[in-house]
Amino acid sequence: MTVLLSVQGVTKQFGGLQALTQVTFDLPQGQILGLIGPNGAGKTTLFNVINGVYRPEVGRIIFRDKDVTGVKSYDLAHMGMARTHQIVRPLNELTVRENVMVGACFGRENHNLSKAAGIADEVMEFVGLDTRADQMASSLNVAQKKRLEMARALASHPYLILLDEVLAGLNSSEIDGMIQTVRKIREQGITIIMIEHLMKAMMNISDRIIVLDYGEQIADGTPNEIANNSRVIEAYLGDSNLANQLLEEE
Amino acid sequence: MKQLKNIGLWVSLLAVIVLGIGPIVSRSPSLRESIFIILQVIVLAASLNILLGFTGYVSFGHVVFFGLGGYVGLYLISVQNWPLWSAALAGGLTSGLLAFLLGKAILRLRGAYFALATIGINEAVRAFVNNFDPFGGPIGMTLNFKVYSNYGGAANALWMTYYVILALALLAVILNFVIKNSKFGLGLMAIREDEDAAEVMGVVTPDAKTWAFVLSAILPGIIGALFFFKNGNIEPGDAFRLDYSIEMLVIVMLGGQGSVLGPILGAAGYEGLRDFLLTSPLFKNIQLSVAGALLLVIVLFIPAGAVGWLRKRVPILRKVLA
Repeated sequence: MTVLLSVQGVTKQFGGLQALTQVTFDLPQGQILGLIGPNGAGKTTLFNVINGVYRPEVGRIIFRDKDVTGVKSYDLAHMGMARTHQIVRPLNELTVRENVMVGACFGRENHNLSKAAGIADEVMEFVGLDTRADQMASSLNVAQKKRLEMARALASHPYLILLDEVLAGLNSSEIDGMIQTVRKIREQGITIIMIEHLMKAMMNISDRIIVLDYGEQIADGTPNEIANNSRVIEAYLGDSNLANQLLEEE
Repeated sequence: MKQLKNIGLWVSLLAVIVLGIGPIVSRSPSLRESIFIILQVIVLAASLNILLGFTGYVSFGHVVFFGLGGYVGLYLISVQNWPLWSAALAGGLTSGLLAFLLGKAILRLRGAYFALATIGINEAVRAFVNNFDPFGGPIGMTLNFKVYSNYGGAANALWMTYYVILALALLAVILNFVIKNSKFGLGLMAIREDEDAAEVMGVVTPDAKTWAFVLSAILPGIIGALFFFKNGNIEPGDAFRLDYSIEMLVIVMLGGQGSVLGPILGAAGYEGLRDFLLTSPLFKNIQLSVAGALLLVIVLFIPAGAVGWLRKRVPILRKVLA
């Protein structure tokens, strides 16, 4: 399997805060990689470093065999990397279709407006926003805005898509719908890294999971390995022996 | 061309033509002068709209491009004996060049910092011109009356500049429309809504912003040369008036930023209001305070301006108002 993305020893500091320490992994093409960890573990920071929003102090990012460390996010978009935002960032005063067209126009394939409109229609149907196409993006509810984020990213026909908490804030039927959508994205051959707090969904959907805690990569493995890893349990619940003791006492 | 079928463009062009045809029919010089000012304001406001309305960057010092174009134009006409046309074009290109050079530097700033930087640039250019002897320093330059004889006498020259400004106003409207309906314009509007998100989606924001700045500077430069040619003289105090810049902002916001018709409505509305204020005994000394109050009211209550307000209230108009 070819490696699509390689993160090599990435370290990022904000002032005195060590946000990421020596994060290293290879991502083969076609994999769904889950990124989990307690709040403040550095998950979104890692996305921002991969995506060119921040430049790491140490380490390198290799994307499709090119060193892209410190490359601007718009250049990465042209190379085929797309992302969604944890806190949705709709282009409020533009219609849903125009929002999606921005992705198609300026992303990897660099389409003209009429071609982009066609792609936007396809993608909106794919994520289930086709009935909202001519509405202002500001009029969507949270679940729809999350889908809009996804549609914009998909419209660029990326090789890699970074999904930052697309399930957060959704109700259970919306979550099921979204998980189906993520699976369908993978079927199109797009590689996915996703950050999520919902363990059940994550265990279910990921091929592999990496756990971050205080910016350190404490585990990397299949969902099953992660669920039984004592360091992961400790990061989430505190002392794992203590947790077991408490369970036994009950 | 699908876009030629857009009613909004034709409504906007028609508005400019209706406004501009009066003096041509009546041959009245006084009407011509007042409409000239409105058409000039339409060009300046429509140009500012590219930056303010589409890209979302507030420039308080946009008059610098008008003043610089005027100086370069007048210098070329009076000292180098260039014809008006090439001098005006050179004025526009100089302003565009200044915008290009400044763009990469100050468009990195956002929000209030960018607005402050634009004021600083206007003041810096004014100070430079004040001390630049080829441009006449603080006294400025006066055109020799004989220059007008090349254009069939002064009266003829004034009519000629009127036709040119009418054509430029139409051009400015078309430019706004074309940008708004282009891929470039979509990128600008993405920047206006959320610059970081636009960047992540692949909009090369530094380039897009710079070109928007350049496009918003060229027509004001041409207009500057035309206006000061008609005026016959230029001084730093007239060329780089900060209050004129602020009036442009009020006009764009009054009409509706980001719309094609907005600058036209704003210019006609604001100039009409100003005529009334200047001739009214009560307001004649405080007309700028009224402009300030108006800006406040717009920002607080109708941030989308007249066009935005109408589009929201009367959905039928959405197709008609570009």
